[in-house]
Amino acid sequence: MTSATIAGQANPVQYLQAQNRWHWSEIAFWLATLLPFVLAPSYLVLASQIAITALFVLSLDLILGFSGIVSLGHAAYFGIGAYTAGLISKYGWGEPLTGLVAAAIAAGLFGYVTSFIVARFRHLALIMITLGIGLVLQEAANSAGWLTGGFDGLQGIHTWPLFGRIRFDLYGYTAYSYALAVLFLIFLIARRLIHSPFGLALRGIRENGLRMPAIGASVHAHIQTIYTIAAIIAGIAGALLAQTTETVSLEALGFQRSADVLVMLILGGTGRLYGGLIGAAVYMVARDQFSGINPQYWYFWIGLLLIAVVMLLPNGILGGLTLLARRMKVVS
Amino acid sequence: MSANALATHGLNKNFGSLVVASDIELVLPQGVRYALIGPNGAGKTTLINMMTGMLQPDNGRIVLGDDDITALAPEQRVRLGLVRTFQINQLFPHLTALESVTLAVCERRKVARTWWRQLTAYRDEIDEAYDILSTLTLAPVCHRLTRELAYGQQRLVEIALALATKPKVLLLDEPAAGVPREESRELLAAIAGLSRDITVLFIEHDMDLVFRFASRVIVMVGGRVLVEGTPQEIAADPRVRAVYLGKVRHEAAS
Repeated sequence: MTSATIAGQANPVQYLQAQNRWHWSEIAFWLATLLPFVLAPSYLVLASQIAITALFVLSLDLILGFSGIVSLGHAAYFGIGAYTAGLISKYGWGEPLTGLVAAAIAAGLFGYVTSFIVARFRHLALIMITLGIGLVLQEAANSAGWLTGGFDGLQGIHTWPLFGRIRFDLYGYTAYSYALAVLFLIFLIARRLIHSPFGLALRGIRENGLRMPAIGASVHAHIQTIYTIAAIIAGIAGALLAQTTETVSLEALGFQRSADVLVMLILGGTGRLYGGLIGAAVYMVARDQFSGINPQYWYFWIGLLLIAVVMLLPNGILGGLTLLARRMKVVS
Repeated sequence: MSANALATHGLNKNFGSLVVASDIELVLPQGVRYALIGPNGAGKTTLINMMTGMLQPDNGRIVLGDDDITALAPEQRVRLGLVRTFQINQLFPHLTALESVTLAVCERRKVARTWWRQLTAYRDEIDEAYDILSTLTLAPVCHRLTRELAYGQQRLVEIALALATKPKVLLLDEPAAGVPREESRELLAAIAGLSRDITVLFIEHDMDLVFRFASRVIVMVGGRVLVEGTPQEIAADPRVRAVYLGKVRHEAAS
């Protein structure tokens, strides 16, 4: 036993296990996601959109926060998922779960194909490449009006009841339950991935991509895998939006959405799994409130919020909370 | 199996009109400790970059054991056993020492693509990484972030990462560079304690270290191999004294 206890130090495997264990704050977080059912039943439609957006932000966190791959075109995969789910519903198959699977496959395929380009670049070049992918796809969707409905959006989507019996209601009860369940399941997968050997390799790429080949790692292969996984998750998020709102517009894969998701992730805190979820919630609630106060200028307040958070909390809201929790522990 | 661990045949490399490698012929037998010395700009690091595939030679061949590796990518060469460390730390600042070395072990054992199992299920890999850190006296700090370690400890992590890949040939680019005297003891012990199965080529400016650890010395000047021999032969060689001692004073001034 070489990993025996040395001067009170835990066995290295046990030490790592303790770090991966569920923290009480995580359980509290997921319990809190149930609160809207009780406290704000009239906001369930908004809650469902937050859950969908949170899933989308989570997918970006996997590539940006954990692997250091910057993207300004991530909405492309969200949009492909949305249009795939929307189109199969429009043409006669409105079953939601198989719709998700179809969207995941379509977005994953496009993610895999584009990953060959993405894996070759870093930093500014990567921002341009991903921006380009997003713009190309948006214009392609715009010009293929016969298929996508173009500027008017995709009409005629009808989502069948969940499991053949639970109808999607006007108040968003089913929509939020459905989106939250999918978010939670995929979060579990993402959490497992982050704590896997592959997750460690991704952090290695983020920390020092140049060193990775010198320990025998194929950086391209790793990046292609995570980029494809992130595209699949983004596609599922897009499909959820199409199914719960029963409409898809070009905005689903537009630049604005790519920029918004980036803002939400930075706001919440990158590379922390929960950062994206919190960022999505704060951003969406803030937008809802600000646009209620002043429907024309709400981006002014969003901009102010962004500047304040980045200046005061360089690691995002979650980074600030972690710091606060650590200080309180020291004090007590 | 060839008795030679690593060989280069007629390596050439120019950056524009600057010749950084000129017709380099080297044969490193198994298990030998080689020091690679020469004034700054002699092409020592360039040679290591070409051997490890980070730089492509204009022509010539590199042979590892019986394999011609000239066309292979850096990570493929590492998997065949040709591994390097860096003159300036190339580490993973926000990974702990244990995580960093475990990552290298996972890559070698081809489990680093597994995303559906917890890392902690790979006890053998973690234990192996811990063992490597223990032999390098890093066990007490293995859960600290790499960036928080003392510089001498970071140089040891460099070596730990290399050892985790199970090298056949290890290229050390100034392993003790910048390490204060009081921190260098573990580092020198680690280099001295490297398994005799590993062929070592190290770049070093400190002549004490060269004479202490090397069984053979290669002297490079201006992209060429000037002479190769035992430390005693090199010390006595008038050409080496002329080129090298003259430059040493120049280097100290710069």
